[in-house]
Amino acid sequence: MPKLRMREAVIRALADELESDPTVILMGEDIAEAGGPFKATEGLKEQFGARRVRDTPISEMGFLGAAVGAAATGLRPVVEMMFIEFIGVALDQLTTEACKFRFLSRGKLNVPLTVRASAGAGLGFGCQHSQMLDQWFRGTSGLKLAVPSDPQTAYGLLRAAIRDEDPVIILETRSLYGDRGEVTLGEAGIIPLGKGSILRSGSDVTVVALGQMVKHAAAAIQDGQIDAELIDLRTLIPWDRELVLESVSRTRRLVIVEESPYSGGWGTEIAAEVSRELFGQLLSPVHRITLPDTPVPYAASLESRYLPNAEVIRSQIDAYMTSGLSPEPWWRLEGLARA
Amino acid sequence: MTDQTQKDFLVEESLRRRSELSSPENRLDRMIEIRAVEGKLQSLFNDGFIRGSTHLSNGQEAISVGIAATITTSDWVTCTYRGHGTALSLGVTPTAVVGEIAGRVIGCVGGLGGSMHLCGVEVGLLPTFAIVGAGYPVAAGAALTAQYQGTSDIAVAICGDGATNIGAFYETLNLASIWKLPVIFVVENNLYGEYSRIQLTTPIEDLAQRADSFAMPGVIVDGQDLDAVMDAMTAAVSRARAGEGPTLLEMKTYRYSGHSRADQANYRPAGELDEWLLRDPINLYAHSLGISDAELEERRRVINAEVDMATEVALASPEPPIADLFEFV
Ligand SMILES: Cc1ncc(C[n+]2csc(CCOP(=O)(O)OP(=O)(O)O)c2C)c(N)n1
Ligand SMILES: [Mg+2]
Repeated sequence: MPKLRMREAVIRALADELESDPTVILMGEDIAEAGGPFKATEGLKEQFGARRVRDTPISEMGFLGAAVGAAATGLRPVVEMMFIEFIGVALDQLTTEACKFRFLSRGKLNVPLTVRASAGAGLGFGCQHSQMLDQWFRGTSGLKLAVPSDPQTAYGLLRAAIRDEDPVIILETRSLYGDRGEVTLGEAGIIPLGKGSILRSGSDVTVVALGQMVKHAAAAIQDGQIDAELIDLRTLIPWDRELVLESVSRTRRLVIVEESPYSGGWGTEIAAEVSRELFGQLLSPVHRITLPDTPVPYAASLESRYLPNAEVIRSQIDAYMTSGLSPEPWWRLEGLARA
Repeated sequence: MTDQTQKDFLVEESLRRRSELSSPENRLDRMIEIRAVEGKLQSLFNDGFIRGSTHLSNGQEAISVGIAATITTSDWVTCTYRGHGTALSLGVTPTAVVGEIAGRVIGCVGGLGGSMHLCGVEVGLLPTFAIVGAGYPVAAGAALTAQYQGTSDIAVAICGDGATNIGAFYETLNLASIWKLPVIFVVENNLYGEYSRIQLTTPIEDLAQRADSFAMPGVIVDGQDLDAVMDAMTAAVSRARAGEGPTLLEMKTYRYSGHSRADQANYRPAGELDEWLLRDPINLYAHSLGISDAELEERRRVINAEVDMATEVALASPEPPIADLFEFV
C-alpha cells in the first residue's frame, strides 16, 4: 500500500477514472497547465492531454453549466471549484438545473457530474475562503455530498462519485491536503457513497464526525478513558442512517462534531432523526459541538477558537458524560452570544 | 494611547493622507509607499506573520494612486483581494493595512478580515472582495444610490483582466449602461489571471473592446503612466458626474510578483518582467517630475523608514479579543 498525501490520493483517483473511462473529463481554473491551485491535478494534463484535462476561464457559471450539459448527453465531467465559495456564482446550474434533469425527463436523462472543491477553515484564508457551505446543498433532492477525512477516503469517495449516475459534490478539507496515510488503490479502495465507517468501537457514547473533525474527535478520545464509538460519516447526503441509529441504540448517547454552524448545521438533521427513532432509549439529549454563528475570523487566535479542536471536544464530551446533559457551547458560557 | 483612540487617530489620518494626493510629489511618495509596504508584507509573509494568502500589486501602483487622486472621499470604490495599493492610495494608513494583514486589532478590520479584506469606509473603500467579479454589481449599486439621491457622487469598480470573463461583468455593464449609472469600471489588465496568461482564457487582447456591446466608452490607458491614468479617470469622472453614464477603462499594466504567496511566476516568458521593469510607474513619474535618481533614492529611504515604524506599531498591537468575533454579526 503506498503512503500518499491527501492531494496525491485525489490525483490517483482522477487518474484511475480517466484511465478506465474515456468519457471522464476534468475542467477547472488552472488545473491543467499549472497542475491545480492545490496541486490536486498535478501531472494529469501531461498524462491525459489537454483535450481531457481542461483549463477554463474564470467563468464558473459557464463551465459548471457546460459540465451539466455534457454530463446529460454522454460525458462524465469532474469539475474543480477551487474554493467551494466560488460555486455561489454558478449554483443554479447545479441545484436547480442538474438536480432536476432526472425528474423532468422521467428518468430518461441523468447527470453523472462530480464537483470537487476545497473547503473548510483553519488556514487563515479569511471569511470568503474558509467555509464548508454544506448547508447550501442540504435539502436539494437529487444531490449527494461527501467529505473525505484522510487520503483513503479522498481516493475512495472520489472514485465512487465519478462512477455515480447523478451529481455528487466532494468537499475536500483544504487543511488535510498535506496529510499522509496508506491508501488501498484500485477497486478495493473505492468507498461506496452513503456509507459511514466505525473507526473505533465503544459502548458508552457514539461520536459522529465528518471531514477534518474526524481527526480532532479521534484525538479527543484516543486515551481510551471514555469508551466512545467513533463514526466517520464520510457521506453527508445521504448520511448513513442505519449505521448511526444502530450505534446509538447500543450506546444510548450521541455527540455530533461538526464544522458547521450551530444554527442549521448538519447535525440538526441527525439529532432530529435520532430523537425520533430512539426517544425513550436515550440516556442524555443529543449533543452537538459546532462552529459559532459567525463568519470565519482571520486572526490566528480567533480562528483556532472558532474551529472545534481535540481539547474542546474532549472537555465537552467529559461534561456531557458526567452531567448527563448537553453542555452549553463556549460562546454562551462566556456570555458572548445568545444563540 | 488606547486601542480606540489609536483607531480614531488612524481614521483622521486616512482623510489627511487622501487630501495629500493633490500634490504630484505626494503622489510619487504614495506609490513609493505602496511598494515599500508590499515589500514589507512579502518579508512578513516569509517570516510567518501572515496567514492564508496575500496578493501584491507591485507594478500597478499608478492605477490605484491615479484613481484615488481623481475622486473624492464621498465616492465609493470596490476592489479586489489585490487591494493593498488601492487601500493605501485612498488613504488607509500603512499601520492599519499591515495590522490587518497581520491579524491585529489595530488593523482596518480589527484583524478579522486579513489580507483579502481591507476596508476604509471613511475614505470610500467598501470591504474588498475576494470573490472574482463580486465588486462590479456592488459598485453599480453604490452608483444607483448616488443617482437616486441626486448627489454628484460616483462609484469605481476595480477588477482584473480575468474578471472580465465572469457573468457579473456583463450583467453589470449592461445594467449600468441602460440606467446610465455614474460608475467607472477599471480593468487592471496585468496579462495574467492566477497562473494563466490572458491569451489562454480570453479571445481578444484589448478588453476595452468589451464596452462596445454595451454602448459605453471603452478606453485603453497606459496603466504605468500616472498622468495618463489621471487624465482618463478625469474624463470618465466628469462623464459620470454629468449623468452621461458609465465608462470602461482598461489599464495596461503588469504585476511584478506572482499571483499570491509563494508563487514564483515560472509560467511567464523569460525577459517579460525585465521589459516591464523598464517602464516602472514610480521611475516614470519621478522622471516626469524632474526628480533625479539620487533624490528618488532618498525619498525611498525616508519612506521605507516610515513604513518600518508603521509596521512596528502594527505588530505591537495585540490580536483581537474573542468578543470581537460576535460584535458585528
Ligand atoms: C468566483 C471566483 N473564481 C475564482 C477565484 C479564484 N481567483 C482568485 S484571483 C483569480 C485570478 C483573477 O485574475 P484577474 O481578474 O486578472 O485579477 P488579478 O489577480 O490579475 O489582479 C482567481 C481565479 C475567485 N476568487 N472567485
Ligand atoms: Mg490579471
